[in-house]
Amino acid sequence: MKGLSGCLALMRKELTVYFATPIFYLTGFFFLVLAGYFFYTNVLYYSIISFQVVQQAAQNPQVAGQLNPQQMVFRPLLGALAIVLLLLVPLLTMRLLAEEKRSGTAELLFTYPLSDWAVILGKFLAALLVYLILVGLTLTYGVVFAFVARLDWGSLITGYLGLILLGGSCLSLGLFVSSLTENQIVAGVAAFALLLLFWIIGLVQELGSGGPGGIFQYLSMMEHYESFTRGVIDTRDLVYYFSFIYFFLFLTKRQLESRRWRA
Amino acid sequence: MAMMVEVRDLVKYYGPVLAVSRVNFEVAPGEVVGFLGPNGAGKTTTLKILAGFLAPSAGTASINGYDCVTQSLGVRRSLGYLPESVCLYPDLTVSQFLKFAARAKGVEAKKERSEVERVVAACGLEEVRHTLSAALSKGFRQRLGLAQALIGDPPLLILDEPTIGLDPSQIVEIRSMIKELAGSHTVILSSHILPEVSQLCQRVIIINRGQIVASDTPENLSRQLGHGARIGLMVRGPAAEVEAALQAIGGVIQVSCQGEGRYLVEGGDEEDLAPKLARRVVEQGWELMELKAQEFTLEEVFLNLVTEEGS
Repeated sequence: MKGLSGCLALMRKELTVYFATPIFYLTGFFFLVLAGYFFYTNVLYYSIISFQVVQQAAQNPQVAGQLNPQQMVFRPLLGALAIVLLLLVPLLTMRLLAEEKRSGTAELLFTYPLSDWAVILGKFLAALLVYLILVGLTLTYGVVFAFVARLDWGSLITGYLGLILLGGSCLSLGLFVSSLTENQIVAGVAAFALLLLFWIIGLVQELGSGGPGGIFQYLSMMEHYESFTRGVIDTRDLVYYFSFIYFFLFLTKRQLESRRWRA
Repeated sequence: MAMMVEVRDLVKYYGPVLAVSRVNFEVAPGEVVGFLGPNGAGKTTTLKILAGFLAPSAGTASINGYDCVTQSLGVRRSLGYLPESVCLYPDLTVSQFLKFAARAKGVEAKKERSEVERVVAACGLEEVRHTLSAALSKGFRQRLGLAQALIGDPPLLILDEPTIGLDPSQIVEIRSMIKELAGSHTVILSSHILPEVSQLCQRVIIINRGQIVASDTPENLSRQLGHGARIGLMVRGPAAEVEAALQAIGGVIQVSCQGEGRYLVEGGDEEDLAPKLARRVVEQGWELMELKAQEFTLEEVFLNLVTEEGS
């Protein structure tokens, strides 16, 4: 119980800082502008195709049945949001531990009776909540779209689940990188580079190499995100994301522990 | 009686640099102990280890019965720590910060508000409670640092240079706050300001180059480590002759004339130096206006110890 209250205390403090500084509002603004732009162009594309299909429907009635808003609007939207988040997550995480070290507040934080896990989870959950707020705001697109077309909510929610797990993984990696340095900028840039690497690592497979290429493909974040956007929940993908999150939180814990000894 | 703080053979290396070398000391509950030493002597490192922020390279330290390494959470629950340079979250207001500190220290939700109010009142932070920490003056920052250490009412307070960088009136305020804490709390404070330590502390631990060179009450230290007696005299008589006559007495090491008939006599450890001086002055027919034993100040003791160590 003590650990939980410490974790909540830290989470509340981090959220207060997020909402007191411009970084949240700035990232939120640009995220929503970009998301809105992608949604708008996808809907536009969908409506143009729909008109063409209606015109052709006289000759070929089956074509109309293949029009699917999930496939044509939300799947590309989820893909685009993931790319935007790749850029935004380092901005949310770079401050978390690096700033504590740079400003010296780490000396207070680590002499409070908080376990390392309470510190790590408090910070991680605060960043995740901020992320959920940003992503949650884009759910309004689905609601708006549902007024004009029939929507498969199940597959849309599955897509969002993927987006949340992807975000959680990116945040845990960002938090770990932030624990390595005192410099926010270094933390941000390094987190972005690593995320990009985990994003594109699966492309090796497409170069035609066998054996080890499969491993890289399995490590790729993009690969596991794919099936969620199609509306499929695969336990392999769940296992991947949960292990990814745990692995980097665990590394962060080790990094914090080692700080006491290296000093 | 169980000790509040027990340190045994504590050693800390920063890479190849030895910062603390086999330090041993104990602090009883309710005691106010001052850590004294030049900059870089290892004061802050020792305090950081006690606060659970650093791990020692060797040796053990325990607080309130908890080991600083293996039972770090228990240690951290028993203490309030004011770091040397008070660092605060710039984006939080004073009350937000204190609420966070209260929650982090496990103060019950019901008592959270009253606990924050208590330390705000104790540290005189009422007028700035809604100010961002970044906008606070140095004095208020230091008080906020003390306030966060006091929150949760821990039995031990570790204060690293609590009055550094403050103006004289603020120093007086902080000192009187620390005096009020004495008795109900165990306090360890570090300083390189000697009068501060002699005013506030029942016991002084002098540390130099990572080693404890002395540990006693301020009075005992000045008596024992003053190396012999020092007597101030005021004599009406011819200066040169008086000086020569005093110098001639057995046991006198040095006589210095301070003008207007005042002389300072430094002698060995003999106890009957004062009567000898008085007798000689009277024998010579001079008038003895004043004779007073002078204690060594803590500054002198300190310099003595530190330079002896160095040589």
